[in-house]
Amino acid sequence: MLEAFTNGFSGLLAGFMHLQISNVVMVIVGCVLLYLGIKKNFEPLLLVPIGFGCILVNIPLADLMEPHGFLRTIYDAGIMTELFPLLIFVGIGAMTDFTPVLENPVTFLLGAAGQCGIFLTLALALALGFNELDAVAIGVIGACDGPTAIYVTAKYAPHLLGAVSVAAYSYMSLVPVIQPPIMRLLTTEKERTVVMKATRKSVSKTTRLLFPLVITILGGLIAPMGLPLLGTIMLGNLMRESGAVERLTSASANEMANVVTLLLGISIGATMDGKIFLQTQTLIILALGFIAICLDTACGVLLGKLLYITSKGKINPLIGAAGISAFPMSARVVMKEGQKYNKKNYLLMHAMGANAAGQIGSVIAAAVMLSVLKGMGII
Amino acid sequence: MKVELTSPIPGKIMKVLVGVGEAVNEDDEIMKIESMKMENPIYAPAAGTIESISVKENDEVEVDDLLLVIKAAD
Repeated sequence: MLEAFTNGFSGLLAGFMHLQISNVVMVIVGCVLLYLGIKKNFEPLLLVPIGFGCILVNIPLADLMEPHGFLRTIYDAGIMTELFPLLIFVGIGAMTDFTPVLENPVTFLLGAAGQCGIFLTLALALALGFNELDAVAIGVIGACDGPTAIYVTAKYAPHLLGAVSVAAYSYMSLVPVIQPPIMRLLTTEKERTVVMKATRKSVSKTTRLLFPLVITILGGLIAPMGLPLLGTIMLGNLMRESGAVERLTSASANEMANVVTLLLGISIGATMDGKIFLQTQTLIILALGFIAICLDTACGVLLGKLLYITSKGKINPLIGAAGISAFPMSARVVMKEGQKYNKKNYLLMHAMGANAAGQIGSVIAAAVMLSVLKGMGII
Repeated sequence: MKVELTSPIPGKIMKVLVGVGEAVNEDDEIMKIESMKMENPIYAPAAGTIESISVKENDEVEVDDLLLVIKAAD
């Protein structure tokens, strides 16, 4: 009787006995992510489920990520199949108004320049000895776009998923801290004070309807590997602009995006098993991701400077910094910085154009990269 | 001299921080416009007194809509 009692009691202690130092560290990491999300308001919609998933998966013997564990089931169904990031993209397309880009097509260039970090970081990762597929996943952090990064990483380097997505999402929320010093460093006071008046060109409904169709067909033909990304975001946008399927648009932008964000977050957190996550490699990835976003900003601002010169001083180079995908944070940063130097300067709509272009730019850049690699026989 | 302040961005008037007859300095924050789900401060284009205000809170404005007129101090 007594023996049965002690045996039973030791069952309750087994978890503690199996707890490894790496698990303890990861539970703390999970708590830090929760703290950043809840207290600091850094991308809480993502960091809360990611942080909690990270805690869940590091509790020994529960085996939530083993076959038939519930986190494994969600992960296999949505991440391994790349379904979750694509569903999120339908939602993003339904949320995003691309009119500011169409009003000012020059912002397309800025949206492209803001992706340079992807390719520079890819080269850097290769130089540091990462294999091609891992380097691709690391470079794509420079897209500054969570779902793109998750899509590419899940497909080609799933073992890096935890590190890459944590890097992508935490840097996205740090955009207001990372960008301004780079913007200041690369521009002169005179350039920063350039006032840009809001443009008031109306974009016809036909243009707004044709835009997602043309981008999908043309982009798909150029970079077929990226069609899932482009196609989903443009489907969402077509539904939005058509005005004919309000219920589907609103479901995509709200209910579906919310549900999938929850499932995506918790399964990303579940990849952060201490044994896999706690490697020097993770730190290198976090560092490279940081560099990628700095390079994006720098390239955007430098192209902005070029446009400043070619437009004879009519374009404020600061808007170049918004050519990344972190929407609309980055446009907000540009507006604020601009007003710091000239209170009567409202760069918001121009920055929004660059920012929305950056959103498409990041998807196109990832698509092009995949198609090029496919052409080279790497994937 | 009268200085007209027109809306630099499209959006919704969140707050009007000044009243008619009030004296303002150049670059004082006089309004907040919500645009793209963000709060954007609008600053006075010149020093003077507020002569008239053409919008109220919760109004939707487009670019170039008249917000207010300032009678500039000469």
